[in-house]
Order: sequence, then structure tokens, then C-alpha cells
Amino acid sequence: MEVTLNWYLMLSALLFVIGVLGVLFRRNVIVILMSVELMLNAVNLTLVALAQNMGDPAGQILVFFVIAVAAAEAAVGLAIIIAIFRNRLTVDVTEINLFKY
Amino acid sequence: MNASTLILVILLLPLAGALFCGLVGLFVPALRQREGLIGFVGTSMVIVPFLAVLYLFLNFDGDAIVVSFYTWMAAGDLSISFAYRIDQLSLVMTLVVTGVGGLIHLYSVGYMHGDPGFWRFFAYLNLFIFAMLNLVLGDNLVVLFLGWEGVGLSSYLLIGFWYTDLKNSAAANKAFIMNRVGDFCFLLAMFLLFRELGSLDFDVLLIQGPSLNKGVLYLIVFLLFIGATGKSAQIPLFTWLPDAMAGPTPVSALIHAATMVTSGLYLLARLSPLVLAAEGIMALIAIVGALTAIMAATIAITQNDIKKVLAYSTISQLGYMFLATGVGAFSVAIFHLVTHAFFKGCLFLGSGSVIHGMHDVEHQLQSSGDSGEFDAQDMRTMGGLKKFMPSTRITFLIAGFALSGIPLLSGFFSKDEILFRAFESASTNNYGLFVWGIGIVTAFLTAVYMTRSYVLTFEGEPRWPQAKKIMPRESPWTMTLPLWVLGILSIVGGYIGLPTVFAHGDWNLIHHYLGDSFGGPVAEVQGEANVALSTEWILLALGATIAIVGVAIAWRWYSKHGLAFDETLRARFGWLYRVAERKYFVDEAYERVIVKPLIGSAEKGFGPFDNYVVDGLVNAVAFITRGLSFVLKYIQTGIVQTYAMAIVIGVILVLVLMLFG
Repeated sequence: MEVTLNWYLMLSALLFVIGVLGVLFRRNVIVILMSVELMLNAVNLTLVALAQNMGDPAGQILVFFVIAVAAAEAAVGLAIIIAIFRNRLTVDVTEINLFKY
Repeated sequence: MNASTLILVILLLPLAGALFCGLVGLFVPALRQREGLIGFVGTSMVIVPFLAVLYLFLNFDGDAIVVSFYTWMAAGDLSISFAYRIDQLSLVMTLVVTGVGGLIHLYSVGYMHGDPGFWRFFAYLNLFIFAMLNLVLGDNLVVLFLGWEGVGLSSYLLIGFWYTDLKNSAAANKAFIMNRVGDFCFLLAMFLLFRELGSLDFDVLLIQGPSLNKGVLYLIVFLLFIGATGKSAQIPLFTWLPDAMAGPTPVSALIHAATMVTSGLYLLARLSPLVLAAEGIMALIAIVGALTAIMAATIAITQNDIKKVLAYSTISQLGYMFLATGVGAFSVAIFHLVTHAFFKGCLFLGSGSVIHGMHDVEHQLQSSGDSGEFDAQDMRTMGGLKKFMPSTRITFLIAGFALSGIPLLSGFFSKDEILFRAFESASTNNYGLFVWGIGIVTAFLTAVYMTRSYVLTFEGEPRWPQAKKIMPRESPWTMTLPLWVLGILSIVGGYIGLPTVFAHGDWNLIHHYLGDSFGGPVAEVQGEANVALSTEWILLALGATIAIVGVAIAWRWYSKHGLAFDETLRARFGWLYRVAERKYFVDEAYERVIVKPLIGSAEKGFGPFDNYVVDGLVNAVAFITRGLSFVLKYIQTGIVQTYAMAIVIGVILVLVLMLFG
């Protein structure tokens, strides 16, 4: 059985949906951050697959950018989470609701 | 030098002077008291344009010169340029404005000496000259209107020059607001002219205007006339001018006697072909002019403030000019305007010199410990000034005689020309004799009030407190020189318009210069001169007799009885005198008919409307917003995931639309 483009796309769609659901429904901020990473990597997978399929290396180059940005995002995100945790002693997003009406 | 450079010089120098005096005074307080510098700049910025105008005047060959500098606005059919026109009419006006204006600037150097607002005064005065030149030189109604509003503004600033006194600010407001009524009508006339003719350039207006549909033309000329009554202080909009005497006296001489108040006349003369074509409105103009003349003259007899007398006299003389306009004698109106600028300018400056002297008396009184109430402008505290102020006295007398119409002085020729033309016009209209009769009576009253004013001020014994010890001094040369120049002009100024009895009118220079039958810009009634020469001699003699008799009678009355004669008059004329003294209750009538109902309806009608409807609408908007937000605020849960959910739902919707839409 040959692994075609569709397989890659379906896998990345699956990963992306898992990421979205994680962001929407998990309460732990760290897990939400991981879910965001998952979504980013799903997109990366799509990019690589399509770049291979179309013979255009531009997609692969873009992936490096995404990885770099994701690293930065993770660093900043974790720093914010630590700051919040120090202040409120919780990482539960439903309790971080200062902007409530 | 070509004409367009000269026009630029004429227009921009006064503006430069205004900016210099204003900005230097504003930003360099150290220079404020340098009266020599500011006075020199302010005066020369008017004298140099005068010389330029003189050069243009001497080299003028009879064809109007139109110079356009810059297209101000162009929108659709409307195109307005900063275009200026040099022709006979604007040359005469410009000569008067810059000539008399220059003299009055020089006079102000002496009069305003020591005033902390010296720089401000000259800035305003130069601004006024700039605006007035725009008014008389503009080649379309919009530039004219720009000048028209500009002189209104400078008039406002100068009436309220001593603004710390609330009375002066109130007078300034009154002048500005009353003028606004006239200006509004002027604007309406401009809109109508543009709608009908599609242009506001004089060339187009003067050629196509007279053939307009009669109804529209009547309306336009009527609105223009109302505009002119505002600026030129005629019934019904004249009450601001006496109050405008709150300003410094040079201002009264320049703006409220010689130049600005004549701009209404200038407007009508400039558009004379249109005015001539609206016969019905001509009758209205003549009658309003005549009534204003006699009304103001009767008030002038009863006033005790030396400047108020002259103010009402100005209104009365402007009435004469409107009378002349109404019988179609536009060039005669301009003639009287010129001579009036000379003798009334001289009279006002003379009164300023007197007030200057009386202020001196006031200061001496205060330093000698007498701190009673003292009004430096009240003729009841003057008297006998001829010993102390000889130059002022002689020039005041000459100008007063000229105003009274004593033969061979300037006022005699111009006033009699007006009366003659009114009499002559009676053969073609049915109001000529009426306005002529009123004019004759007014001439007598004029002689009386002018003589009264002179005698009470200069003859008899001094009436101020401690008159034995305290003596006023003659004013400095900067003030007496303009007096003498204007005094001499009051004598010879009339010879530019000798009546028809001399050389069949060939010596009537100003008529030949301005009249359209001689190639000038001012229209005239067709088919005139049907009055016998002998009749004109009789009318001339009648005018002369009335003036001489009026002066002689008043002289005897007032030099014999002095102030007491006013009481005799009051007793003899009873309520008539009191009505005149109270200025015909016009101010009170305005108060009752316009101001009170307006305030009343504002309090009773518009007040609740404002409270409940206008404020209600605003409150309703706020109320609805608050109500909605009461419900909608629950969307803001403060939980990030709710917002993320909204984004995801949005993305899904967009995707669905893109894939299946």
C-alpha cells in the first residue's frame, strides 16, 4: 500500500482538529499551549507534504520559519504562564477571567 | 510702473502695516511704547498707497483696468477670483479712503499718545484700510463682500477698543449684530444674482442685470438696499451708529463718518444700472433717505454729547445721499460722499481735539483735588474754547459752515445739487417733490444743530469747574495739521461739482468724470435737464438763504441764551422735543418688538423644546445604548476559550461558504 498525498493531508487535518479541540476544551493552560503546538505542527506537515508533492522547496523553507516562531511563542507563552501561576496559584483558564463583565 | 504692481502695492501695504503693528506689539512688548516707530509705519502704509492711487488717477485714460491675481474658488459654474478694478468710481473712492485715512492716521499719532493700546490701535486701523480697499477695488461682489465684512470686523474691534468698559463692548456688539441683519440681505441678493445670471463679476452684472425679470430685479435691489441701510446707518438699521461713538474719536472720523458708512452708497452706485431699472425700489430708497435725514437732524438738535451730535448729523447726511440715489442722481451722491468725508472728517477730528483738551482739564481737576463727575464729551461743560484752541475752532467753524451749506463752501454745492436733482426728478416721478421738501426742512435743521454745537463748544464763557484756574491747551501739530488740510478741503472740495447754472454744467467735473453719458461707470436717468435755468437759480438762492438764515438764527439764540435755549425749545415743542431727545424710541421699540419677544419665546417655547425634545433625543440614545449593553455584556465572559470558540465558529462558517456557497 502506497502512502499518497491524501494520507498526509488527512493526518494533518486530524492533528489540527485535535489541537483545536484541545484549545477549546482543556482547562490547563499548559495543555492548551501544547495543543497550539500541535496545530502548528499539523500545518507544518501539510506544508512539507505539499512541497514534496509539487516539487517546490518554498514550502519546506516556510516550515523552518514556523518552527522558529513556534519556539519563540512557546518561550513567551510559558513565561506568561509562570507569571500568572505566581500571582494566582492556578493554571486553570476558567479561573483567569479578569475581563469578565 | 504698471497698474497691477501698483494695485498690489495699494492693497498689500496696509495689510503689511497691520501685521507689523499687530505682531510686533504682540510678541515684542518692549516695542509697544515706541509710538514713533508704530505711528510712522502705520501712517506711511496708508500715505504710500495714497500716492500710488494719485499716480493711477493722474494717468487714468478712461478705460477700466481689471487685474485678476488668483482664482480663489472654482466650483461648477462659479468662479471667483481676487480681481480688482480701477475705474472712475473706484479711483474716487480709493482717493478718499487713503487720503482722508492717511490724515486720520497722522492725527491718531497725536490723539492716541500715551495709550497702552497704541500698537493695537494702528494694527486695527491699517486692517480697516486694507478691508476698505478690497471693498472699493474688488471686481466682483464676493471680493466686495470680503471687504464689506472686513470693515465690519475692524469697526467692531475699534468701537470696542477700550474693552475694559462694558458699555463699549456692548456698543461694539450692537454695531456688529445690526450689521449682520443687513449683511444677511446682501448675501441673499448675491445668491439671487448668481442664480439668475450665473456670475458675480461686475461686467456681467451691469450688462445683463437690468434686463432681468422685474419681480426678481425688484427683490434683488430691495435686498441690496437693506444691506446698504445696515452699513450706512439708515432707517431701520441706524441705531448702532450713535452708539459706535464709544470708540476713539479718530475711529469715528474715519470709519463712522468718512469711509465705512458710505460703503452702502458705493454698493448702490456700483450697481447703479440695476438700481435704476427697479423704479419702485428707487422711490423707497429716496423716501427712506429723506425720512432718515430729517429724523436724525431733529435728534441731533437735542443731543448734548458733542460726538453724538456729529453722529446723528452723519446719519442725516447719509440720508441725503440715499435721497440722491433714490432720485437717480448716483454721481451726486458720490459727490456729497466726497465733500462729506472732508467736512465731517474735519468736524470729528475737531471734536476729538476738543475732547483731548477737555481730558486735559479733567486731569488738572483731579490733580487739584476736585474729583467730581466730569464728562469730557458733554457740551454743557465746554464753552469759550475759542480762546484756548484757535486752530481747532477755525477749522471746526469752516467745516460746520460747509455742513450747514453756507454758499461757496463744499457742502453747499453738493447738498444743493442733491436737492436740485430731487426737484428736477419730480417731473418724471411722484415722490420727487416730497423728498425735496423734506430735504429743504432738513437743511434748515442742519444749519441750526451745527451752529448750536459750535456756539456751545467754542463761544460764550467756559462752563467747566474752576474755569478761572484751569485752561485746556491746543492739541499738537500732528492733530492740527490734518484739521487744517481737511478744513481747506472743506472749502475747495465743492468746486469739483459746480451746478448747472455755471457754463451749462460743463464745470461739473465729478459728474463728467463718473456719469455714464461721459464714459464713466455710474448710470444716470435718461432724458433729464428739463428745468429752466431761472428755476435753478431760484433753488440755489433758496438753499443759500435757508442755510444762512438757519445759521444766523441759531447763532443769535445760542450765543444770547446759551444752554438755557434748549429749555426754551423743550417748553415750546413739548412732546415733539422729548420724542426727538429720546431718539424716537427706536431702541425701545426694538427692545420691545424684537428682543423681548425673542427672549420670551426662547424661554417659553424653545426652552422646553430644547429641554424635552433636543435633550430628550440625546438622552434616549444614551438610554437605549445602556439598555442594550445590559443584555449584551454577558457575552464578555472573560474566559479565553469562549472567544476562541467564536473564532473557530467564524472560521468554519467562512469555510462552509467558500466550499459550498
